[in-house]
Amino acid sequence: MLFDLGATAVKLGIFLGVLLGAIAPIMVWVERRGSALIQDRPGPNRLGPWGLLQPAADAIKFFFKEDVTPSAADRPLYLAAPVLAVLPALTTFVFIPFGPTVEVAGRAVPLVVSDASAGVLLFLAIASLGVYSLVLAGYASNNKYSLIGGLRASAQLISYELAMTLAVVAVLIPVGSFRLTEVVAYQQELWTPYGTWNVVPQLLGFLIFMVAAFAETNRLPFDLPEAESELVAGFHTEYSAMRFAAFFMSEYIAMATLSALAATLFFGGWSFFGLVEGAAGVVAGWFGPFWLWMGLFGLGTLLFKTVCFLGLFVWVRWTFPRFRYDQLMRLGWKVLLPLALVHVIVVAAATLAGWL
Amino acid sequence: MIETLIFLIFAGLALASALVVVLHRNAVYSTMSLVVTLISLAVLFVLLGAPFIAALQVLIYTGAIVVLFLFVVMLLNVGREEIGEQRGLVQKGAAVLGAAVLLVVVGLTYMEGYGGAELAPLDEELVSLPGLAAELFGRYLLTFELVGLLLLVAVIAATVLAARPRPAVPAEGDVLAEAPEGREPGADDGGLAEPAGTPGGAV
Repeated sequence: MLFDLGATAVKLGIFLGVLLGAIAPIMVWVERRGSALIQDRPGPNRLGPWGLLQPAADAIKFFFKEDVTPSAADRPLYLAAPVLAVLPALTTFVFIPFGPTVEVAGRAVPLVVSDASAGVLLFLAIASLGVYSLVLAGYASNNKYSLIGGLRASAQLISYELAMTLAVVAVLIPVGSFRLTEVVAYQQELWTPYGTWNVVPQLLGFLIFMVAAFAETNRLPFDLPEAESELVAGFHTEYSAMRFAAFFMSEYIAMATLSALAATLFFGGWSFFGLVEGAAGVVAGWFGPFWLWMGLFGLGTLLFKTVCFLGLFVWVRWTFPRFRYDQLMRLGWKVLLPLALVHVIVVAAATLAGWL
Repeated sequence: MIETLIFLIFAGLALASALVVVLHRNAVYSTMSLVVTLISLAVLFVLLGAPFIAALQVLIYTGAIVVLFLFVVMLLNVGREEIGEQRGLVQKGAAVLGAAVLLVVVGLTYMEGYGGAELAPLDEELVSLPGLAAELFGRYLLTFELVGLLLLVAVIAATVLAARPRPAVPAEGDVLAEAPEGREPGADDGGLAEPAGTPGGAV
């Protein structure tokens, strides 16, 4: 009992540390330098080597900014909204596995914080709660731009959640389980002795998932809720200082969790065609316990794949123009949703035929 | 012990927030309390050993349907309006009657069905994914299809109502641009030009 609690606490600590201490600040840097690279300008390059300390400077600036609450704001909801933005984004990471079940001091420890039987569904369920922060921020600010941003966010997120859920369902059909650990295990055994990534048989599902992921995280080309050319800053127009930073960070953390989910569903998760286990075995032969290297290498592989997706997010943001709102709705309901339905039916048929 | 504690906390939270849903004057607060109620119920489902149903509860009701409630509340901007004392006697009477009927039904079920005996634990097999699927698409297939048909009818009705030809000036709800077909072809301004042209319309 105590051992399990301790193991869970350590795993939680790893994820929180990685998300808050590494992914969010590094992403801020990657976004700024990446946009500069794409726009052929230097970007922030003064603080630290290659401007690497810029996120720290940004954070300090946010701490010392004045925290303004509009006098006409709905105060309780106004204060609650940034918290509601960060919570679901941080929570969903507990369902992402970063290694197989390993043996630590004679006990089996799964390298995932929560291997719930309804894993993926719980992930989507908790992630879907994030929309409340945007809607409440828009409502509570008592600002017409904020309100329109909040309205847009609610309609957009519901529309794209459907397509995304269907793409995930298609992955789960051949696996026959909601556990992300079993999704990874399935990809380790598919077709070849070294496994095949789900993206090969389910390329369409992956594309649908990624488009929906862009819409779910309010990233360009779907950042209509905060479109600066129309709505000032959308739902977070009235927010300043750390409350604004909370929205800012939750966007990056939500991107990271969705990237990790995409890596797990479609790109083998923590595994890499048996290389991760092999490398851990070799290193453990020299020194240190196997579970430690397994966990480290698994986490490293998962993070590498996640970072690749995060880079894609940045690349797309600074490459594509913004959609118009009616185009966004048309794409969601008239293209993605029917495609996702057809995809689910095809995958179900292929599974029945025994191909998957 | 821990389970009892969790049950007490979330059962209390569910009841309290349900009361707020009914009693609060601001519709936005009512809607958010409904979210708390539904999440508390989801926790109770997990305690009962049915995480699948809990996940669906949060995913569908909290994550989608109540968001739509909130959407409508905000779109109509009823949030800040005080819902006054104009609620009629009929409404109050209906509410009391409904509560009484519910109480009697629950009481009868409890008295006749289980009468103080220990309740059997929930069948894990039955509430697991394969178990639920087998029940839904086996024993309850007809009911399942009928419910689907009911939802389809509701969707068609809503579409028919929404697609009625509108008077010349579009309402402020057009921010959504839900029905671009309803406009004349060649209107390439999307839904974005109109809200800018109606200052103060939204707030």
